[in-house]
Amino acid sequence: MTLLLRSGQGVLTLLLCLVALVRLPLLAPDAPFPFGMETTALILLLIAIGALVSFLPIGRLARVSVLLVTAHLAAWLLIGGISGNEGQARLSYFLLIAASWLLGWRCISELAEIKPSSRQFTMALRLLIPAIFGAWILILWEAITRGAGIPFILLPPPSAIWDRITGSLPILAADVRQTILKAVLFGYLVGCAAGFIVAILADRVAFLRRGLLPIGNLMSALPIIGVAPIMVMWFGFDWQSKAAVVIVMTFFPMLVNTVAGLGASGSIERDLMRSYASGYWQTLCKLRLPAAMPFIFNALKINSTLALIGAIVAEFFGTPIVGMGFRISTEIGRMNVDMVWAEIAVAALIGSVFYGVVALAERATTFWHPSNRGG
Amino acid sequence: MRNERLSSRIVPVLTIVAIIIAIWYLAAIWMNAPFQRDLDRRGNVTSTTMEFVGKTLSQPKPVVPAPHQVVQNVFENTFLRKVTSNRSLVYHSWVTLSSTLAGFAFGTALGVLIAVGIVHVKALDRSLMPWIIASQTVPILAIAPMVVVVLAAVNVTGLIPKALISTYLSFFPVAVGMVKGLRSPDLIHLDLMRTYNASTWQTFWKLRMPASMPFLFTSMKVAVAASLVGAIVAELPTGAAAGIGSKLLAGSYYSQTIDMWAALIAGSLLAAMLVTIVGIGGRVVDRRMGVQAT
Repeated sequence: MTLLLRSGQGVLTLLLCLVALVRLPLLAPDAPFPFGMETTALILLLIAIGALVSFLPIGRLARVSVLLVTAHLAAWLLIGGISGNEGQARLSYFLLIAASWLLGWRCISELAEIKPSSRQFTMALRLLIPAIFGAWILILWEAITRGAGIPFILLPPPSAIWDRITGSLPILAADVRQTILKAVLFGYLVGCAAGFIVAILADRVAFLRRGLLPIGNLMSALPIIGVAPIMVMWFGFDWQSKAAVVIVMTFFPMLVNTVAGLGASGSIERDLMRSYASGYWQTLCKLRLPAAMPFIFNALKINSTLALIGAIVAEFFGTPIVGMGFRISTEIGRMNVDMVWAEIAVAALIGSVFYGVVALAERATTFWHPSNRGG
Repeated sequence: MRNERLSSRIVPVLTIVAIIIAIWYLAAIWMNAPFQRDLDRRGNVTSTTMEFVGKTLSQPKPVVPAPHQVVQNVFENTFLRKVTSNRSLVYHSWVTLSSTLAGFAFGTALGVLIAVGIVHVKALDRSLMPWIIASQTVPILAIAPMVVVVLAAVNVTGLIPKALISTYLSFFPVAVGMVKGLRSPDLIHLDLMRTYNASTWQTFWKLRMPASMPFLFTSMKVAVAASLVGAIVAELPTGAAAGIGSKLLAGSYYSQTIDMWAALIAGSLLAAMLVTIVGIGGRVVDRRMGVQAT
């Protein structure tokens, strides 16, 4: 009994395997390329081995490696066998997918229990666990959309999206150049700089601060994205109007956060600066701005996402015939859903890279902050 | 004392608002002037400066509508029209509000569920949390039109697609806030629960849940604003018949600038209202739990 309890997923996996064995074959009888006897047996064998190994007391690393290999090999074979047979999968197919997913889940749980000994190992684990999880989202997505024959329009499988990305690189590059390199970057830099300068001004003039801060707080809750059509009307269809939307959207988070950050330095430190007879600007540069850095970077991170959203949504209101938002809205109209997903994948990648760059810059500038020390 | 605080807070805000309105008027005169000058030249009208300024502030389709025009439009379309009328702002706001609230409710529930899972299952914490954070670096709003159009293709229309987008936008702040909140009890309190031999379930209801309430309401404020944005953007692509987003789009198609600004104001009022309501709810819960007002 204790042996069974050791791996709930293992028990469940074996049960699923049994049911799948009874309900063979994997595909409908009239499928053009049915699974061969050997392949089916191999898949079942792999899953069974994985499930059985999860009970064995052979050391965690060994178990994890066996699980890692068996679960993903089985999933790979299952997905490989579906090509040409879209929509023909039967219950047993999905049971086996679920079984291999359970093994993957078991693998993640085992990994999460590991107490890493060295720092590199910690980093590797921190990357590996989410990577396996993400891979399984893609595997399930691929297997279910293709196995069940879900209409292409509703949800294209990841492989089709990947094909589309590699097949239309020039178009994607042109869209990125228009939307990201022109509108987003310009708007982001100007918006953040403007917010920062106004925050310094507000810091100098107490009256301004007391007046601007409530308004800034209110504005950051409002649907500012709604100014997009107005900006398009003022500044025309090209990237300038998108940059204007981005400026308006990024201004207020920067303002509010910088003002909050400038108040973050302790009074003892400020008194110390005063006892050194340092002036306003010296105190600002040497004490208060460094102390405000975590807040400023927080705003920069928030803004990195807002800027992308602002530029893409603003393109829905009118644009020259290039740009990510334009591509999304027109390809939707033509029901080329894979192109839309390709644009979204690119946007996601750029968003993550953008965020990552800001986060790295934060690491470099605020290395002294408790949240960055000692890893 | 109280009076003094009031004046030191209210006066600066009012001054800034007054300055903004003054700049707005100047911008309206300056931006509308070229068109008005053109109009006058064609009609062979010569007008004094004051008349000219008056005319720039009362164009039917100005580049920048003057504040009083917008206020008048909002007032007319809010109070003077039947609520069921297609031009009534109340009607459009209601359409947007309903999908916002539906999405917000789903999003909050989903966010709390995910947070509970993350706090209690270690594997979820390690594997799901990085993806939740990564999902926020993705311009989610970009998929709003796709979700709406795709769901319309399989005959799911109306409230649900819009609510889905609101859900997606609002679950994140709640999930992150609740994870922080559910982990906020001190080790000492958790140990106390253990000495009482409390089950995980009891610890959750009697310690973690109450401790997370302030975090929940703070993140709900962010979430409700986000789900309103989601609902508005979701109304853009469909040529949706109703809602603040469709009003914005229609305004931009037909250059009805005043309508556009009015829709924007309506959206802002809605946002301010929703955030205030959540804030009041948070304060009521706080008081019920015995937090002293400071």
